[in-house]
Amino acid sequence: MSSNVGIASRLKRNKITEVVASGKRMDGRDLLDYRNIQIKTGVLEKAEGSAEAYLGNTRVLVGIKFGIGFPFEDTPDKGVLMTNAEFTPIAHPTFEPGPPDERSIELARVVDRGLRSAEILDLKKLCLVNGKKVLMVYVDIYVLSYDGNLIDCSAMAAIAALKTAKMPVYTVKDETVTLTKKTKAVKLNKEPLAVSIVKIGDSLLVDPSADEEEVMDARITVSLDEKGNVCTIQKTGSVGFTREELRNVVQIAAEKVEELRKNI
Amino acid sequence: MSKKSKRAKKRYDGRKPDELRPLRIESGVLPNADGSAYIEMGRNKIIVGVFGPREMHPKRLSKPNMATLRCRYHMAPFSVDPRRSPAPSRRDNEISMVMRYALEPAVFLERYPRSVIDVYAEILEADGGTRTACINAASVALVDAGIPMRDLVASCAAGKMDGQLVLDLGDYEDKEGEADVPLAYMPKSEQVTLLQMDGILSQEDFNGCIDMAIEGCKQVYEVQREALKKKYGLEEGEAN
Amino acid sequence: MSAKFENRDLVIPGDVLFEGRIRTGDNTFRSDGTVSASRIGLVNYNRGTVSVISLEAGFNPLSGDLVIGEVVDIDLGRWIVDIGATENAYLNIQDAIDAPFRSDIVMLEILDVGETIIAKIVDMDRRRTPILSILGPGLGKVKEGFIFRITPSKIPRLIGKKGSMVNMILKETGCNVVIGQNGKILIQGRSRENEMMVVKVIEKIEREAHISGLTTRVQEYLKELKEEIE
Repeated sequence: MSSNVGIASRLKRNKITEVVASGKRMDGRDLLDYRNIQIKTGVLEKAEGSAEAYLGNTRVLVGIKFGIGFPFEDTPDKGVLMTNAEFTPIAHPTFEPGPPDERSIELARVVDRGLRSAEILDLKKLCLVNGKKVLMVYVDIYVLSYDGNLIDCSAMAAIAALKTAKMPVYTVKDETVTLTKKTKAVKLNKEPLAVSIVKIGDSLLVDPSADEEEVMDARITVSLDEKGNVCTIQKTGSVGFTREELRNVVQIAAEKVEELRKNI
Repeated sequence: MSKKSKRAKKRYDGRKPDELRPLRIESGVLPNADGSAYIEMGRNKIIVGVFGPREMHPKRLSKPNMATLRCRYHMAPFSVDPRRSPAPSRRDNEISMVMRYALEPAVFLERYPRSVIDVYAEILEADGGTRTACINAASVALVDAGIPMRDLVASCAAGKMDGQLVLDLGDYEDKEGEADVPLAYMPKSEQVTLLQMDGILSQEDFNGCIDMAIEGCKQVYEVQREALKKKYGLEEGEAN
Repeated sequence: MSAKFENRDLVIPGDVLFEGRIRTGDNTFRSDGTVSASRIGLVNYNRGTVSVISLEAGFNPLSGDLVIGEVVDIDLGRWIVDIGATENAYLNIQDAIDAPFRSDIVMLEILDVGETIIAKIVDMDRRRTPILSILGPGLGKVKEGFIFRITPSKIPRLIGKKGSMVNMILKETGCNVVIGQNGKILIQGRSRENEMMVVKVIEKIEREAHISGLTTRVQEYLKELKEEIE
């Protein structure tokens, strides 16, 4: 079962381009249809928050852990939100074990920017001892199966996990921080979700499968909050978008994000 | 008063001394892997994916007469408390190695010269005995991948806690007990393929642990068998 | 001397299938006067031979097999082709063009990386690497259609006795289907709906390959799918 890394099959590219030009996808979906979405929360007991999101055959598990750490030098009064993504080798025959590569770093950073720009948490409220001890919020994205569109899937799982997480409660006296037995629910200010749109030929599609990502010309991910404000955008790929296409992209994203929101 | 007539003490989770934690195995859970299995053993939650036999790179590391079995034990950052770094630790490397020793005797490696069989275990949640749970899931995943094998490998740990021998130690017993003996066993060939020990035991107790762990492995084997059959919608004994 | 299971029981590796003397077939091994299964599958006792029909196995290349593969590299005088086996196969230049050798041949103009071919395994070299040929009727570069993959061990079920299953599919869907022994199937249809029908039928066969009565079920399923389109 040798794996074929690198060049996409010409036949695959031709077929997908042909089918997409006729307004459909290889799996029978319309261009703007998402695959089947399923989200389960509270799947882990040792993590303070967790959610597993299935998007077709793509499967992502997000775990939320809290801890105490040093604040960043330039923001001594703010807690720290850290997002990390792992492309596990079980997710796809071409994924190799090892330190994060550019794809997993991009996934972590795009999801992170979505959470940060929307200011989902008031980080000032996570300060325990100014300049010395703050609450750390770790969002760990674990990719268990890859069939395209990791960003949208991870963003949904991250929000679902954070929403249902239980934050530890500390008491602070004279710079000594003590963990209490209490926990409190995490309250998110906003719930930004991502919609990724790829361009194949002249067509725009949402929720790309792995094959579609292999042959795509370019991709844009748009993150929006409940009010429809754009929080983050990321474009990937070597081909450009026209001004008209960009207008379409934002419109499609704004419509689709409401559908995604129903799953959280 | 002989040991047998002493009343058995209840354990931290209410189990009897020779009782396994709740065990659940599902095969064929990953669409992109050649073989896969998911296991819950107590609070442990582990997914194993198998890829291969496939070409090995770099070629110079491959063996001319047989396949290489490459195991990787890896813990998710949220699998333990407090959160740990995703980078592999020395303990991870050691466990990867003993997993390989436990599974190799069961696989017909000679059939696939110069190739590699990759067994990737991802620990999503850890609660004591993860290496035994990994081996249990890996055996099922290897069969699911259609890799020819002599036997399954079942694994279980026995140990001593509060003065009595106990089976399938949880995290608490791992940390607080007097000894921990993880063992892996090929049920049809009746061979022990993994044996380790942590702690201190009299020879009598050590032998007692081995016997107890083997009995535990036999129980695990039944669950592995069911998991494999379930994928085809056939219950035990059902003819086709 | 005895069979330990009933014919077509599901067995797993290590299960003792027979005690005593008997001929051994696929997916079995001998040890200590018994014959055991080496793969998960359905045990088959037939005319003095015990074997296991494997439900999950990778592709085991044999001389004569028709395969569908993808060019992954170009070497000196040969192409390297991924056929989904444990190792990649070789296609030598003399097995690809039926003409005397010319020094100005540009290999990538004949076949480039990423292109798909229908080939036959003509030989296995000393290291058991499959050697392919695309010379012959029905062989060569694939220009249109798409590839669908199933577990190689289910291919016989897809073909059926003397091609009965695949011929039924071809007739009912009007698609051209080329089945590679390596589990790769080339589908070329008149319309997208017809192609999707073929995919759905193949998926059903893969799921239910081990359950008897498949031919009838597939016939009914094809009828249902055709009604849906009309």
